[in-house]
Amino acid sequence: MRRSYLLALQVLVAVVVLVLWHLASSTHVFGNPKTISFFFANPIGVGQKIYTWFVSGSIWYHLWVTLLEALLAFVIGALGGIVFGFWFARKPLVAAVFDPYVKAANALPRVVLAPIFALWFGLGIWSKVALGITLVFFIVFFNVYQGVKEVSQTVLSNGRMLGMGERQLLRHVYLPSALSWVFSSLHTSVGFAVVGAVVGEYLGSSAGLGYLIQQAEGVFDVTGVFAGMFVLMAFVLIVDWLMTVVERRLLVWREA
Amino acid sequence: MNTNAVRAVSLKKVAISFGIGQRNQFDAVVETDLEVGEHEFVAIVGPTGCGKSTLLNAAAGLLAPASGSVEVFGTPLKGINRQAGYLFQQDAMMPWKTVEENVALGLEVAGTKKAEARASARQWLARVGLAAFADRYPLKLSGGQRKRVGLAQVLIRNPKLLLMDEPFGPLDAQTRLLMGDLLLKLWSEDRKAVMFVTHDLDEAIALADRIVIMSAGPRSRIIGNFTVPLPRPRDIAEIRHDPHFIGLHRDIWRALRDEVMKAYRDTPEGEQ
Repeated sequence: MRRSYLLALQVLVAVVVLVLWHLASSTHVFGNPKTISFFFANPIGVGQKIYTWFVSGSIWYHLWVTLLEALLAFVIGALGGIVFGFWFARKPLVAAVFDPYVKAANALPRVVLAPIFALWFGLGIWSKVALGITLVFFIVFFNVYQGVKEVSQTVLSNGRMLGMGERQLLRHVYLPSALSWVFSSLHTSVGFAVVGAVVGEYLGSSAGLGYLIQQAEGVFDVTGVFAGMFVLMAFVLIVDWLMTVVERRLLVWREA
Repeated sequence: MNTNAVRAVSLKKVAISFGIGQRNQFDAVVETDLEVGEHEFVAIVGPTGCGKSTLLNAAAGLLAPASGSVEVFGTPLKGINRQAGYLFQQDAMMPWKTVEENVALGLEVAGTKKAEARASARQWLARVGLAAFADRYPLKLSGGQRKRVGLAQVLIRNPKLLLMDEPFGPLDAQTRLLMGDLLLKLWSEDRKAVMFVTHDLDEAIALADRIVIMSAGPRSRIIGNFTVPLPRPRDIAEIRHDPHFIGLHRDIWRALRDEVMKAYRDTPEGEQ
């Protein structure tokens, strides 16, 4: 299928949804437009709201806060995941001893930690960063663990025969292998970093996209809620696209 | 053989076992004596699962024998065999490094300056006919090209002993012939000691100075030893029609046939 054709179809879906939404919230085709726009807002109002946010520039600060929280959560969580993933994979005893605890910690729904983190780290960015870390850490941890465990024995033997010591094996074999697993889980882990930031903001904060949505909900401003959701969607899409670009650069050696 | 000659490898009464405990213990190789001269090309031939690769890994220092001794150029082997280069049957390159980086690796980890190692890598790539592929990644190469890179990766370190584990096994027949020719061409420059494991008798006779036959496993051992009197340089494709080749093939096959049948009989259906 041609790329432009596909794109046209994709845009068509958005147009159809927007038109239906508009018809439902401003004409009597699907019922009372007043009721419908109370529950679902209307696309023009949402568009205007988003337009005002960007024109007045008030949105940038919230976007920046959410981005910063997600970024910090991702970097810290990923580093922790890499270090612990390596450690566990190289020391089977450690892995065996901590196995039930790791599983238990990962089984816990992270939302319940949000109030605790707010208590510990306050309402600023760090309680959101902490929440994001608990999500990112486990994804990266499991991927690195797997990556180190599944290094090809032949590649390892070859490294040894080429004269590598343990440190060189770490640098030339284990680390690249583990990182390739981390990169291939980039979409998931970055996505979770954003989730951590937004959920944290939603549950108590003074800035960020989650805060924006929560504030609008607090006063039954459905238009504001929808506008916040659309900005969030666009934000996640852009981040995801960036990850695709990064992934393509870093995993260029993979089979096409 | 002259007893004073330098031995690249000398295996004495080597036995190799896997698994622990009386019941689970699997004796792959028993009572094996094998000597490889300094400039000798020895092929090791045997039925599937006879422990040919196991023997090679013992010479490489990747496996420690349960008993017996392994000597490399007169010194008992401890840990990895630093004198040896190993060409594996499976893909052994680092897929995340380019072809050039892979070939240069052996020099770089030994402390050679990067620019120097890379220049040498490009020379070696030219020698195996892959100069144009230096910046490619291994996964984007064909099987034959990967083997060439593997050969360059091993030879760049100038090892005194080459260990090869069915290196051309996964390749198609024509590519195998080309790889065999390339190997002989490179080998004839300085005639390193070679231990070449294969199950292909034609390949063994065409390449080697001497052929060692192993019995079917488990508890396999060396049951035959044939010198290949064919003159060098050899043309691998043509040499198959040489009457000496055909005669030798008949003799060796006679020794090998019973073992192949035994291995075939003892292998459960699914593992064929």
